[in-house]
Amino acid sequence: MTDLNNLTISDARDKLRSRDISAVELAEACNKAAAGSDALNAYCLKTPDLALEMAAAADLRIAAGDAPDMCGIPLGIKDLFCTKGVTTQAASKILTGFVPEYESTVTSKLWDAGAVMVGKLNMDEFAMGSSNETSTYGSVVSPWKSNGSNAELTPGGSSGGSAAAVSADLCLAATGTDTGGSIRQPAAFTGIVGLKPTYGRVSRWGVVAFASSLDQAGPMTKTVRDAAIFLQAISGHDAKDSTSADIAVPDFEAALIGDIRGKKIAIPKEYRQDGMPTEIEKLWNDGADMLRDAGAEIVDISLPHTKYALPAYYVLAPAEASSNLARYDGVRYGLRAKLQAGEGINEMYARTRAEGFGPEVRKRLMVGAYVLSAGFYDAYYRRAQRIRTLIKQDFENVFADGVDAILTPATPTAAFGLGEMAQLDPIEMYLNDVFTVTVNLAGLPAISVPAGMTDAGLPLGLQLIGKPWDEGDLLNTAYAMELCAGFVSKAPKWW
Amino acid sequence: MSIDKDTARRAAHLARIEVAEDELEKLAGELSGILDFMEQLNEVDVSGVEPMTSVTPMRLKRRKDVVNDGGQQAKILSNAPDAREGFFAVPKVVE
Repeated sequence: MTDLNNLTISDARDKLRSRDISAVELAEACNKAAAGSDALNAYCLKTPDLALEMAAAADLRIAAGDAPDMCGIPLGIKDLFCTKGVTTQAASKILTGFVPEYESTVTSKLWDAGAVMVGKLNMDEFAMGSSNETSTYGSVVSPWKSNGSNAELTPGGSSGGSAAAVSADLCLAATGTDTGGSIRQPAAFTGIVGLKPTYGRVSRWGVVAFASSLDQAGPMTKTVRDAAIFLQAISGHDAKDSTSADIAVPDFEAALIGDIRGKKIAIPKEYRQDGMPTEIEKLWNDGADMLRDAGAEIVDISLPHTKYALPAYYVLAPAEASSNLARYDGVRYGLRAKLQAGEGINEMYARTRAEGFGPEVRKRLMVGAYVLSAGFYDAYYRRAQRIRTLIKQDFENVFADGVDAILTPATPTAAFGLGEMAQLDPIEMYLNDVFTVTVNLAGLPAISVPAGMTDAGLPLGLQLIGKPWDEGDLLNTAYAMELCAGFVSKAPKWW
Repeated sequence: MSIDKDTARRAAHLARIEVAEDELEKLAGELSGILDFMEQLNEVDVSGVEPMTSVTPMRLKRRKDVVNDGGQQAKILSNAPDAREGFFAVPKVVE
């Protein structure tokens, strides 16, 4: 019999309902797996007692026949989500010891549905990073290794703890957040499914803000079906987030029929870059073949402003971050720097922020303050907002032409070694987001599905981009691709 | 290089982040690298294009202008590095 922590959400749900297993047994298995996972550094805080308590309550609900799909399902929660009474730091030193007095809407919905918290998951500081190396808790180590190598690899970022935990079966699924690719890139690097919903589908309330017009929470799961079940539980309008949309939430799992005959799937030529590794190019071609074999029509399209997405993002995201992170000033929560005699409140602000934020966050906040400053606002921020309009129009045009989904690689490469990016220009690091960031700028839903392996034995993911509010159709296409790809590999356990 | 040492000092001040004088040169180099990357945005003709200010075009919801929350002083202060007598305490501001 497989260990219970290896189960998917859908399998666990069925076994819980048929009383083959109990939620407490399931939580115990995940607690045990989490306890033995310190070499991965995926959990920044484990909550085993809370997990057992929540699981016992879930068992009562299941026995009473009142069990939503997520009831009794053990989850890891990215440290960006405020959890009442449980330390939440966004992996930053500046929030040292912060214990929220409130619960984020996403986690509230999960707990209301009976889900169980195994712990909080490591991430890049304030979700700024693509390798999970900017965390105050230290880097997350991927469960995956290249064939014949013992070098530690990145799980990706910023939701690197979430990706490592799901991939290594340290929980059944995890929450992630995606501002420029932070769900999809780590999902691709670790061989799991990551879904960024349409902007506004999921409430941002209680999620520590990075760039509010780009941030969106979503599921990181072992299968597409699990992503559908998970998304169902966290979607919907929330009066506490004025950007959450008051739009009906369809039954996402019911959309998984696996039939994509007649669907029009587009390949954008601008994503075919010079110097693209042949493994990525092959994966992409294979993905198109799979969808074609499943009855879809593959068409070539152009998204002409693609190359400007990354520079526009690196204006807009730091600008919004500089505004959002102004609240960390040493007054209301977290760290306050020590002052010398004669120093006052201005030194307190500037030193608290210098000591509390890591180098990547500091750099982005300075870039953000600069592009918003008098004399540069129009040249940088305003211009980037206009280009954002053009990028969104590119997508609107192809969807208006009848395209149902767009297929791209999720990442430009497979996972790289921890420490490798430090040798490079920061722009090289930002290029990790090149295939994912357009989606955030346009507010679209997109999913990363594990679809292949490199010769070195590392997972690769394909991304499908869908129409706004049509996650059901997107999930169904992803489901068809998942069935064709038949990706089942797991990292051999070494930790 | 688009950012000199003085501009780097100004960016740090605007972000309220203390940077030692001998680190400004390096910071200027890093910021320049990022801002140079953004320069390619100038290739795009944006005349007549509206800036995107709302990801999803929708009207903000309205609610009744009434008190619907409050009375949470202790909770609000519970994470403060220094709270006294029901207030956040900070170093003296007025000389």
